[in-house]
Amino acid sequence: MSTGNMNLTLKIWRQKNNKAKGNLVDYKISEISPDMSFLEMFDVLNEQLINKGEEPVVFDHDCREGICGACSMYINGRPHGPKEGITTCQLHMRSFKDGDTIVVEPWRAKAFPVIKDLTVDRTAFDRIIAAGGFISVNTGNAQDANALPIPKFQADLSFEAAACIGCGACVATCKNASAMLFTSAKISQLALLPQGQPERYRRVQSMVAQMDAEGFGNCTNTGACEAECPKGISLENIARMNRDFYSAKFVSEEEV
Amino acid sequence: MASFGNAFSSSIGKKLIMGITGLFLILFLIVHCFINSLIFLNDGGLTFNLGAHFMATNWLIRGSEVILMVGLLLHIVQGLRLTFQNQASRPVKYAVNDGNANSKWYSRSMGLLGTLLLIFLIVHLSNFWVVSRFTGIPTTDANGHEDLYAVMRETFQNVWIVILYVLAMASLAYHLLHGFASAFQTLGWNHKKYSPLIKGFGVWYSIIVALLFAAMPIAVHTGLIK
Repeated sequence: MSTGNMNLTLKIWRQKNNKAKGNLVDYKISEISPDMSFLEMFDVLNEQLINKGEEPVVFDHDCREGICGACSMYINGRPHGPKEGITTCQLHMRSFKDGDTIVVEPWRAKAFPVIKDLTVDRTAFDRIIAAGGFISVNTGNAQDANALPIPKFQADLSFEAAACIGCGACVATCKNASAMLFTSAKISQLALLPQGQPERYRRVQSMVAQMDAEGFGNCTNTGACEAECPKGISLENIARMNRDFYSAKFVSEEEV
Repeated sequence: MASFGNAFSSSIGKKLIMGITGLFLILFLIVHCFINSLIFLNDGGLTFNLGAHFMATNWLIRGSEVILMVGLLLHIVQGLRLTFQNQASRPVKYAVNDGNANSKWYSRSMGLLGTLLLIFLIVHLSNFWVVSRFTGIPTTDANGHEDLYAVMRETFQNVWIVILYVLAMASLAYHLLHGFASAFQTLGWNHKKYSPLIKGFGVWYSIIVALLFAAMPIAVHTGLIK
């Protein structure tokens, strides 16, 4: 598979487990094709490590086509590497130059503890979703698709928010390790649709409370999350979440 | 009984306090900058002293001053708390972090810029506010008003004070450059029709206010205005 001519120095974060102290380890890798994806380059490295009898580098990946949100590498100081609008698996080696040194670290946040090497525990996101990122409906026959009219503009906004794959790049790049972009996308996708209305103000309060409980930082509107999001989730979602939160706390008479 | 619950202790509530107090301070700066700019009339500070006299004697203004001080303290205390909390949210730092790739340095340095402003504020308040409100302004001008302008002239004879003030205004410019639009975003005022206006106005506001304030000690020190 290694048919290229790129020679690279990799500095990769190695950490045995959650308790161990990790450190950056240097690896030389050669004959890398510029057409390989970043993760394929890691596959080559891991094969070499296994052949040498060393422990391969543990990293998260699944679909390798930018839709699952599993891959999570902090490459040369940026989540998902130097390109915009893509995940690590969609990053190709042609984005680097022969002879480059590439530093690869895991997402860093108190709420995302390292499990091993480059893999972090992102179940904090799952718990935020479980706190209210759903709608309660009775099971049974699926409703007619057009039973509830939804304006296209509204549907599009909701869909743009729903594009969030929960990879955690927003948290990783935020100087405060804040999860507001993720949480606001998951709140907005439902707040924009009629099906999301019954639980709208309950949802925003419980999801924000869970986000705070997980130990994420507070948003300071630097906009780094929006710039690094592989799905282009907009800061408008954070503003919408803030509005809903104020409505819930200061206008609604319902207790949560 | 219904209550506000954790409205102000939650992450969004803490931001709300920063945003509201920040906008209040932005309003205050407009008044402060306008009255101080009266020195540029170059009338020996007579109009400026009149303005200062009004600010010191009008009961509505004096009442607002209390709110201003409370707002300022809230902004400072909450800002410092948030800065430390946010730093603690990432216990292990990145070995390599390319922050400039996705955000402006001043948007990431609000804590630092704010701390510089706090240091300036202590000097500034002891230079003028303490004098005008507590220890008393020693002389009066031709109209019989307390001659605050004379205090200004004397203070700005010291070149180090002038340098401190000018540097502080650079911090203020960058603090406002992020803070202005950020406050509106925190309040949830993100709108395709208005946000570009808010951002544009914020940039002009930050630059003009900081330049006017920075010009004051320079003009007084160099004798450009008498």
